[in-house]
Amino acid sequence: MLSVSIGTVLWTTIAFLIVLFLLVKFAWKPILASLKDREDSIQNALDAADKAKKEMESLQADNEKLLNEARAERDAMLKEARETKNKIVAEAKDKAKEEADNIIANAREAIQNEKMAAITEMKNQVAKFSIEIAEKILKDELSAKGKQEALIENAISDINLN
Amino acid sequence: MRKKLGFSRILRCFALVLFSTFLFNSSYASGESEGKFNAGEMIIHHVSDAHEIHIIGDFAVYLPVIIYDNGLKVFSSSHFYHNPKEVEIAGKHEHYYEHEGYILYHEKVYLAPNGVELNEDGSAIINEAAFDLSITKSVTGLLLVLLIMTLIFIQVAKIYKRREGMAPKGFQTLIEQLILFIRDDVVRPSIGHKADKFLPFLLTVFFFIWISNMLGLIPFIGGFNITGTISVTMVLAILVFIITSIKGNKHYWMHILWPPGVPFLVKLILIPVEIMSVFIKPFVLMVRLTANITAGHIIILAFVSLIFIFGESGAGAGYGAGVFSTIFMMFMNVIELLVAFLQAYVFTLLAALYFGAAVEEAHH
Repeated sequence: MLSVSIGTVLWTTIAFLIVLFLLVKFAWKPILASLKDREDSIQNALDAADKAKKEMESLQADNEKLLNEARAERDAMLKEARETKNKIVAEAKDKAKEEADNIIANAREAIQNEKMAAITEMKNQVAKFSIEIAEKILKDELSAKGKQEALIENAISDINLN
Repeated sequence: MRKKLGFSRILRCFALVLFSTFLFNSSYASGESEGKFNAGEMIIHHVSDAHEIHIIGDFAVYLPVIIYDNGLKVFSSSHFYHNPKEVEIAGKHEHYYEHEGYILYHEKVYLAPNGVELNEDGSAIINEAAFDLSITKSVTGLLLVLLIMTLIFIQVAKIYKRREGMAPKGFQTLIEQLILFIRDDVVRPSIGHKADKFLPFLLTVFFFIWISNMLGLIPFIGGFNITGTISVTMVLAILVFIITSIKGNKHYWMHILWPPGVPFLVKLILIPVEIMSVFIKPFVLMVRLTANITAGHIIILAFVSLIFIFGESGAGAGYGAGVFSTIFMMFMNVIELLVAFLQAYVFTLLAALYFGAAVEEAHH
């Protein structure tokens, strides 16, 4: 049982080495290679999925950013519009006020002018009337010379030009 | 339903083992009829290599005997086994077989032109041993295992090619699990980044030992004891030794021949120990495998022997012991199935660790 038989050793060596060679060439190499290929392809698939997930996430982040930017832009635009509106309204108001003031001032001036013209007219009229009156009175009064002068003087001083 | 099925399986196993004990009975009834049953002789006969495959009773497969004696002599071992001789020396009967000037004495072939020549007390043979290249029982078993392996793994490799890029299926999955176990849990952790270079050899060794161990557990095919044959395990151990020595790098040999960082006086002790360990490691691999597998066979045969030992004192005792032995044999058979895997695993693991030590890079 425990004695070494040269024949058995020889057969074992030859047979084992032949089968080792055959298995290495026709079994282990293809099997191990395809196991490695499969592992690699699984790893690649996992990596690709991971990458896709990351890309998805970054895309989502991009979208979010874009959305936020758009929102901010919209807000800015709205704000600007509001400001513009306020400005325009304020400007319009100012302009209107100025116009109104101008109109009022013009009106006042015109009124003043008219008033002055009227006053002048009235003064002229009054003067004319006074002259006419004075003529009439003079006509009457001039018949008596002393009376004429006193009358004129009286009449002029009585006219109160307001 | 499942439980019932399991139970019926156990029953079937029981019946099988029980049946095998009766067969052992029939095979020994003839051989041992003249004297008392000798358990030791029977067990040694069964775990030893032989030139025939003894199946049952008188039915045996005779293997070719090949002798190199001034040219190859090839003949069937039936010539030996059909020509038994007996010689009486110092009151002992020694059996042997003879054919054309050769004798088969305790399963070893000797040159014997003048018949067997034993020393005075008949304990040793004087004849010159023949250069025996016979296809013995173990060699037959070995060739069978290697053939099975070639068929299985080349077939599996074909499946891999055919189903490239697809998920594994069926038998491929089974083999793949074993290959991945050896690769990821045995070889790669032991060797490191150079593991894949040694993987084909270690896979071959693992499957060879495992299948050989299991072949030895199958009843009715002659009880192969391939991995319990020292000549076979020696070849495996020598291959491990050769690979370790060839692949051993400078770092490995430096550690053995001039261990760094050790005082000179300690070196004087350490160097011989290290050099011895180079040879002891594969030697231990060889002995461990042979001893474990042979021990398993011996235990089962011992339980069988118990039946006959009790049987000699009466048929009732024999049957009683038969039931008892059968239960223990069933138990042992299951344990041996585990041992078959375990020893293949241990051999592969240790071989991988030795390779790992040989290719390890310096790290200090």
